[in-house]
Amino acid sequence: MNAKANVWDMDELRLITGAMVILGGATGILVVMPYLLLQNVTPPAALKPYTNEQLVGRQSYIANGCVYCHSQQPRDTKQAPDAKRGWGRPTVAGDYAYDTPHLLGTMRTGPDLMNIGARQPSKDWHLGHLYQPRAYTPGSIMPSYPYLFEVRKGQPKPGETVVNLPPALAKPDEVVVAKPEALALVSYLLSLDRTYPALAGEKR
Amino acid sequence: MDFTVSLLLGTFLLSVAALFAFVWSMSTGLFGDGTAAATQIFAPNELGTVEDPAATAAQKGKLQQTMDADRRDRMSVADAEARSRADGSTSLVVGVCLTLAVVWLVLASLAGLISSIKLHAPDWWVQYDWLTFGRIRPIHLNLVAYGWCSLAGIGVAIWLIPRLLKTELVGARYALVGGALWSIGVLVGTVAIATGHSDGLEWLEFPWQIDILLVVGGGLVGFPLWLTLLQRKVEHLYVSVWYIGAGLLWFPILFLIANWPGLHFGVQQAAMNWWYGHNVLALWFTPIGLAAAYYFIPKVLGKPIYSYNLSLLGFWSLAFFYSQVGGHHLIGGPVPSWLITISIVQSVMMVIPVFAVAVNQHLTVLGNFRVLIHSPTLRFIVLGAMMYTATSVQGSLESLRTVNTVTHFTHYTVAHAHLGLYGFFSMVMFGSIYFIMPRVMNSEWPYPKLIALHFWLVLIGFAIYFIWLSIGGWLQGLAMLDEKTPFIRSVALTLPYLQARSIGGGLMTLGHLIFAAHFFAMGWKFGPKRLGAALLGPSLFSPRLAKGAVA
Repeated sequence: MNAKANVWDMDELRLITGAMVILGGATGILVVMPYLLLQNVTPPAALKPYTNEQLVGRQSYIANGCVYCHSQQPRDTKQAPDAKRGWGRPTVAGDYAYDTPHLLGTMRTGPDLMNIGARQPSKDWHLGHLYQPRAYTPGSIMPSYPYLFEVRKGQPKPGETVVNLPPALAKPDEVVVAKPEALALVSYLLSLDRTYPALAGEKR
Repeated sequence: MDFTVSLLLGTFLLSVAALFAFVWSMSTGLFGDGTAAATQIFAPNELGTVEDPAATAAQKGKLQQTMDADRRDRMSVADAEARSRADGSTSLVVGVCLTLAVVWLVLASLAGLISSIKLHAPDWWVQYDWLTFGRIRPIHLNLVAYGWCSLAGIGVAIWLIPRLLKTELVGARYALVGGALWSIGVLVGTVAIATGHSDGLEWLEFPWQIDILLVVGGGLVGFPLWLTLLQRKVEHLYVSVWYIGAGLLWFPILFLIANWPGLHFGVQQAAMNWWYGHNVLALWFTPIGLAAAYYFIPKVLGKPIYSYNLSLLGFWSLAFFYSQVGGHHLIGGPVPSWLITISIVQSVMMVIPVFAVAVNQHLTVLGNFRVLIHSPTLRFIVLGAMMYTATSVQGSLESLRTVNTVTHFTHYTVAHAHLGLYGFFSMVMFGSIYFIMPRVMNSEWPYPKLIALHFWLVLIGFAIYFIWLSIGGWLQGLAMLDEKTPFIRSVALTLPYLQARSIGGGLMTLGHLIFAAHFFAMGWKFGPKRLGAALLGPSLFSPRLAKGAVA
């Protein structure tokens, strides 16, 4: 058999060149072009940068892996009833101007959180819900986060935030105190609010 | 907008042109069967001789009988000795990589099982932050991807190199150092996730300082390939060499770009995230899994692959189409729609390389399915190859907007991901390790029945896992799309399916524990010593070489 006649046959150089050209093409389309197109997106005026405490809370959101069950990207009503569930309008690139690392998420084991601050603005609710989700949402499979709280007998010290638990969960001689990490996390959750209108002209 | 449209049109036309070129080449017989390159993996006069070091003497006999009962030709002693030396040149580095891989597999399985149980027992083991679902789940993913799959892939790839190039491995020490750096990276990275120092991106959780170890380690494990290529004694590069060579080049670059600190931002980072997330499958795991399948299926059978040219077209089309599919993870998201559309088009175009692989691997086995009874190696690898076809076709369908609208954000995607990385890749790795380790250790597997037990446990476990989680995920997606159904319904209805997944996962973990126990029993020379060395089959050897290798 004449091997040279086979146009598909290969040597090392063709392999390396071909492999790099193809990777370059894919990177150009999926990484470089979005980079060029999105680098000049301006943050909407109504979107405030995160405060230091909110950034600490965002770090806690990352550290505890909230992103593995919660997305931050409501879809268009043409595709899914996200808006009708109160999750908000479909987001645009500008909504994420301060979101690095991005937390778009890929799962909805729990609901979308892009506008959780607007949908559930109660700090008490969030603290109690982190302590024991099932006390607020029966049937929820969200983990409870006892390590973000301190449970002890007696009175809270001055300056401490006591979690106001629902009567079924509260014990008379016990206080549940939120650790600073829990407070920061809730402050981040409350900051999640993209209810302002999407920038005119910004297309998806 | 013109730019977007023209880009879209360009991609589409290119893809259609590729499709026509493919159809044309099929019709003109360009993909006739075997060329010289397809038989490159055999020694002269070896065709027709089966090889499976994982098989017992009885199994080997039946295997040979199934394939070619009147086998007369023998490979020469010189060739057998050369192969023995080639295998010997990789023993240490492959043994180390595969041992580490098995350790990671056990830890990864336990982390996966804990994550699975936590989804239906949310108040179980919540006191410790490192065990919370949001940490143990990414620990599972990273241990599977960078611990088990990567190190098994590296070990198998390095073992294949001298076999494919018919020479001894050059520069094994680079791979040894690379594998060690890599493993240290996985260990430290896992601790980082457990202590809350994740980077926050799926598949890219390890902090960038630790990623340096994986980039350098990943680069170093490629060195022996390039050094050995300079010494090669074969005229043609077999298709497995392409897959391995390209994979070893692609991974360090992908990982470097993806983890570059301070480079990516906001929505662009999301696009990058899934460019990486899908390319780590497309350009790292899949090439190595296919390289192994393309070697072991024909090698065990003693028969070249059905169509060598088709395998090469499969390689290029896989590289081209698969590398651009990542955007389908962001359907409905805030990324430019042209990006998503390109990815959907390329996802559908994936039927070409998948068809090429399917035709080749399945038609090579076709008519010889009885070999699966006799060859422990092929039982895993042929099943894995079938799962590759299944997961790829499923993936193409899942990228379509209508299907994706249901499956996105649900457990269905999780089941699909396991079909690829477990059903395909891990199964192929199991089979490869069963073939390789007897050659590395120069001894047979001590308890052949455990291989069968491992196989049935993971097969049944995975079937339960995949089927129930897919159904649960689909129903979850439908419930979420129905605005009249409260969201919590979509959570509640998945519970029985999540419990079934834990049962399936438990069986898989049990299978892995048995596999690991068997692996270490072999490593410590524990168990009955039926044979001194499982070499190339007693009949192939001169008495001098076959010292102790007679049943």
